[in-house]
Amino acid sequence: MPINYIFPQFEILRDQTRCIKCRVCEKQCANEVHRYDDDYKIMIADESKCVNCHRCVALCPTSALRIIKNPHSFRENSNWTSDTITDIYKQASTAGVLLSSMGNPMSYPVYWDKLLINASQVTNPSIDPLREPMETKTFLGAKKHVIKRDDKGNIISNLSPQLELSTPIMFSAMSYGSLSYNAHESLARAAKNLGILYNTGEGGLHEDFYQYGSNTIVQVASGRFGVHKDYLNAGAAVEIKMGQGAKPGIGGHLPGAKITEDVSKTRMIPIGTDAISPAPHHDIYSIEDLNQLEMSLKNATGFRKPVIVKIAAVHNVAAIASGIARSGADIIAIDGFRGGTGAAPIRIRDNVGIPIELALAAVDTRLRNEGIRDNVSLVVGGSIRSSADIVKAIALGADAVYIATAALLALGCHLCRTCYSGKCNWGIATQREDLVKRLNPEVGYQRLINLITAWNHEIKEMMGGMGINSIEALKGNRFMLRGIGLNQKELDILGVRHAGE
Amino acid sequence: MKKIKVNEKWCLGCHLCEYYCAFANSGIQDMVKALKDMQIKPRLRIEQNDKISFAVSCRHCEDPICVKSCISGALTIKDNVVCIDKQRCIGCYTCVLVCPYGAVLPSEEGAVRKCELCTSRSDSKPACVQGCPNKAIELVEV
Repeated sequence: MPINYIFPQFEILRDQTRCIKCRVCEKQCANEVHRYDDDYKIMIADESKCVNCHRCVALCPTSALRIIKNPHSFRENSNWTSDTITDIYKQASTAGVLLSSMGNPMSYPVYWDKLLINASQVTNPSIDPLREPMETKTFLGAKKHVIKRDDKGNIISNLSPQLELSTPIMFSAMSYGSLSYNAHESLARAAKNLGILYNTGEGGLHEDFYQYGSNTIVQVASGRFGVHKDYLNAGAAVEIKMGQGAKPGIGGHLPGAKITEDVSKTRMIPIGTDAISPAPHHDIYSIEDLNQLEMSLKNATGFRKPVIVKIAAVHNVAAIASGIARSGADIIAIDGFRGGTGAAPIRIRDNVGIPIELALAAVDTRLRNEGIRDNVSLVVGGSIRSSADIVKAIALGADAVYIATAALLALGCHLCRTCYSGKCNWGIATQREDLVKRLNPEVGYQRLINLITAWNHEIKEMMGGMGINSIEALKGNRFMLRGIGLNQKELDILGVRHAGE
Repeated sequence: MKKIKVNEKWCLGCHLCEYYCAFANSGIQDMVKALKDMQIKPRLRIEQNDKISFAVSCRHCEDPICVKSCISGALTIKDNVVCIDKQRCIGCYTCVLVCPYGAVLPSEEGAVRKCELCTSRSDSKPACVQGCPNKAIELVEV
């Protein structure tokens, strides 16, 4: 190309005094950045192809590599930023919608970081979780408002189906197709081992993973990929996906290149065809329509499985959730605007939706005010980054959280945000056989178990600090939170006081 | 008794095991100093074609034909590990010829080169096992 408007984003610094020319960087880069120059007898790099995924850096045995942001820049301009200018160049050359992956990277406020957790001093003493029992077990599903007893005083058990979690964390929906077989196996095995649940996403359930059914949420999305009776009955719960935090209001598009033989069989579509999920469910235009699908799924599963309805956090989320809570759903999952994705149009990802913290507080408040909070459990996702975020989410009113980006990070993801390219060097978001095998589920599932185990310890530590020994007692306990650097409107929506109050 | 188990399903053909092996057995503390601009001398090798790759190293056979064939008594079994005494090896390469796995390698140093599970070097896991990024080489109890 005679004029190249776009300069490389990254610079690869190779310490030639440390490089032993083992060429592992070359062998491991699916973007073909590194190569050995036979004339100069050194390793060289084509930086224009680098996505900064760190695969080469992580495997370099002599730590000879560093990847830094390319200091080359456009003339400084607070309005026309480097990204904005580059995007215009890209669109002027391609006429296409720009894609990216993973969650909203913009510098919007992160409310988790503006909330502080309480601790006991003197009165209501704190509890040491290493010495005293501490309960994080969580049940999800509709709860009864009143307890009924028979003539002998025994409780009449008429509870609708519940999900039991050892800790209030689940792996959220990521489809087989967007993720590799090995990534799915890691998630499924970890969920089983931990006593939590993972979610198939909308790509169906691979026949090898039916054995993890009791720890699986099977999703029904607008594309209805891979949905059949056995699939619905294989899982512990069925999730209707109405929306996704990363791209509210639009559907999905898994490129034909990722529809390999196995993915095609699981999704029940021909090999190599694009898997396009429509923006809406074409049979749902009202809460009543949603109820029909819920009832269809409940009938198909013999009323034994709770039905989850997943929505993106959008402006009227409280009213929407109120409708869903009355529609017959057992659990509402809300996905905030920082939630990840394999691919989303950049403009949608960066500009549509609202923060999960505000959505959660608004929904919990609304459902309580309307006296229907017990109709449903609330699960929130969309960038839960640590155990502290979980404690804050539960104190704001969530019953459990969904994590996905954090789970992928545990599997090796470096958030290079190029999942859509299908060339994931970490074997996670790819179907290329040579790349998929880079994620050994034996390693992956153990890392996921480690992460959740660590978070569970930390949750117990924080609960203990507050003098709380049961996650139930933390649920919706907003007195345990204080805001910092928030205005009155934000505090009102979050339903918390400012620090010092 | 512990043995190296290689699983070709997870081998990426990255060859890092060869480099970690060569470094571990170089006797030099710094990897760069040990391996930079050198022909590396690992005690295991990656065998590969387009579709498959795996590390080949000594199986430490129960009844090793290499030990039987060694005319100078340089190859012996110590604690289930087939070891080479470099002082005794006369470089006849009979062991290289008889090993059905090709796991005994000729060497320019005179004595043959072979895996000793890093036992002569340290008590920790073999360097290839520690260095494999995908658990394709494991040390398992058999």
